[in-house]
Amino acid sequence: MELTSTVFTAKAIYVGVIFAITLGVAAYSTYFERIFAAFFQDRVGPDRAGPFGILQPLADAVKMFMKEDFIPANSSKWLFILGPCLSMFTALMTSAVIPFGDTIDLGNGVKFDLQGIDVNIGILWVFGIVSLGVYGILVGGWASNNKYSLLGAIRAASQNISYELAMGLSIISILMMTGSLSTKAIVEAQQNGHWNILYQPVGFILFIICAFAECNRTPFDLPECETELIGGYHTEYSSMKLGFYLFAEYINMFVSGAVMATLYFGGYDYPFYETVVNSFGENVANFIGFGALIGKALFFVFVFMWVRWTLPRFRYDQLMNLGWTGLIPIAMFNVVWTGLIILLPAEFNLSSLASIGIAIAGIPVLIVGLFIYHSIAGGKKKKTALAR
Amino acid sequence: MKLSNRTKVLEQEELTLAERIYLPAIAGGMLTTLKHFFQKPVTIRYPEQKRYLGPVFRGHHILKRDQNGAERCTACGLCAVACPAEAISMVAEERKKGEETLYREEKYAKVYEINMLRCIFCGLCEEACPKEAIFLRHDKMVPVFNDRNEVIFGKDKLVEKMDDRYLRDGWK
Amino acid sequence: MQFWYFLTALTLISALMVVLSKNPIHSVLYLVFTFFCISGHYVLLNAQFLMAVNIIVYAGAIMVLFLFVIMMLDLRRNSPDSKTNLTKLAGAVVGGTVLVIIIAATRKINLGTGADNALYDSQTGMVENLGKLLYRNYLLPFELVSILFFVAMVGAVMLGKREAGERNF
Repeated sequence: MELTSTVFTAKAIYVGVIFAITLGVAAYSTYFERIFAAFFQDRVGPDRAGPFGILQPLADAVKMFMKEDFIPANSSKWLFILGPCLSMFTALMTSAVIPFGDTIDLGNGVKFDLQGIDVNIGILWVFGIVSLGVYGILVGGWASNNKYSLLGAIRAASQNISYELAMGLSIISILMMTGSLSTKAIVEAQQNGHWNILYQPVGFILFIICAFAECNRTPFDLPECETELIGGYHTEYSSMKLGFYLFAEYINMFVSGAVMATLYFGGYDYPFYETVVNSFGENVANFIGFGALIGKALFFVFVFMWVRWTLPRFRYDQLMNLGWTGLIPIAMFNVVWTGLIILLPAEFNLSSLASIGIAIAGIPVLIVGLFIYHSIAGGKKKKTALAR
Repeated sequence: MKLSNRTKVLEQEELTLAERIYLPAIAGGMLTTLKHFFQKPVTIRYPEQKRYLGPVFRGHHILKRDQNGAERCTACGLCAVACPAEAISMVAEERKKGEETLYREEKYAKVYEINMLRCIFCGLCEEACPKEAIFLRHDKMVPVFNDRNEVIFGKDKLVEKMDDRYLRDGWK
Repeated sequence: MQFWYFLTALTLISALMVVLSKNPIHSVLYLVFTFFCISGHYVLLNAQFLMAVNIIVYAGAIMVLFLFVIMMLDLRRNSPDSKTNLTKLAGAVVGGTVLVIIIAATRKINLGTGADNALYDSQTGMVENLGKLLYRNYLLPFELVSILFFVAMVGAVMLGKREAGERNF
């Protein structure tokens, strides 16, 4: 009984810590988004609230809470309230299965996993919750009783469904490499520098593109495209309900960064792990691993912002074209090539270096294949988009 | 029918494969923005840092005194007539005996008011003035006001202080 | 056991609300919630894979499309016309027949005295076991289903494809 309660308390603390980190990162993402936007444009950014403006998120929160909470007259009231709640809910649920770190020894032989819950369908859970994320937008957009909101919501729905396919196919390659759906097993298979990015460069590019689309981030932020749709699905929202939508977007960014780190960048693995274990003990090493994963996730948040302030928005038909005729065929090619990466070294007893070589050889093969398709299909019909 | 023979027919070429893959171009663009990330910001933080606005900037109005300290304004009203925004109003008064050191001419402005909400800082008053009495300072702006009571500037704010005289480069 | 009752009650209520609510959007949202409850039942049966697939496929994709279409059509405007007496009568006849068939079919079922503990395996619903079962014992049906999906996909592409010279937008 004693053991159960220790683990239970530790788990509760862990969940609280992850929750706090997620919310804190999301709050400060809004600040860093503005700061980075300023840096990319040779400006200074918010620097008035506190030293370097670090109290800006607090000021924003106060502003959000103080604003009038407006519900349009002909809206469907309960669904209008439900929308942002669903967005926030689904955004927060994903991090349950992400292994943020290895086991921690709590003393008395009690081992504790730095992971919310290790289910054997881990990555499917992430995938399922991501696919649910669109409900918040859809419900909120419809309940607003506004054409622009509805158009934004519908765009979000079709975009998410389209990019889920390519995302699922790129995850399948990862599953083939690991042979397990459990996120923990995926991370453990990548320990000691065998990061999946080395074996799955094409898969990673596909995944990050799909992650951009699923998070509704630029260049795929068509659901909230100001020039066409005023504010998109959150046109009618104000006060903290709007705040929830915006907050959910930043949480999604952080969580998808953590998922990318887990799937492709070795999770909590970092170089010189053995040295740290030998000189400081396993607990310290694993806590550094926890920090390494957070660091990797934050790096991806930076990439999200970097891309946002670099690329212009897609046109809607280009977006759909890219998803269906560009990414999905490439993802299917990647699945087949992954089979080659697994089978050839197993057949001829090659080293892991050889499989990295095969993986990288996949890129020129893909480009040549695209070129051949391009010259055949492009000759007949000028307007066929290849990877548009 | 062409008006000139300089019309150019723009032909958009079909994108090559390398352009259609887009990723190289995206990487190039991201490198460009990353370069800017590490550059020094060009911002001038205004209330703390002020830039020199030039010798012809039209800022705060000033009613000049002459070298003896007498007000130059004779309340002729030409500035008020010239003002396109009708921001200037004044009340004239005859100079009494013993006030020669205070006012240069026989008539002076007892009240001289500029409504700063109306003023557009065009400088026409400065040009209209025959006595070279009113100028718009190049080195000082009208301060921000928070109250309606503060927007009408009277003589207390407009007349030049003798210990803080306003001189332009050309006058020296 | 307590939780099972709660979940079942929730499932039934939300399933009833699908039929009873007047607004089609509400119906669809209740249906989504019903799928969640069914996923909860899968978890209680230790079939996590089915639960995830149920959420991804039904709640995450198919119901989104349902919602999508209903939002686009705006059914509220057309609803009075669709409820003539004839439709009501036809609906009652069809529904009543189905009810009779279901009752007749389930009446004879012997619910048994409980699971056989010797044959019980808690790991049946796990991904590995399910995969082995599908790809060994039921390979032919599985492949046939995939062909069915493939045909459906080709059909969807053919329907969605633009004819030469036609512009739809």
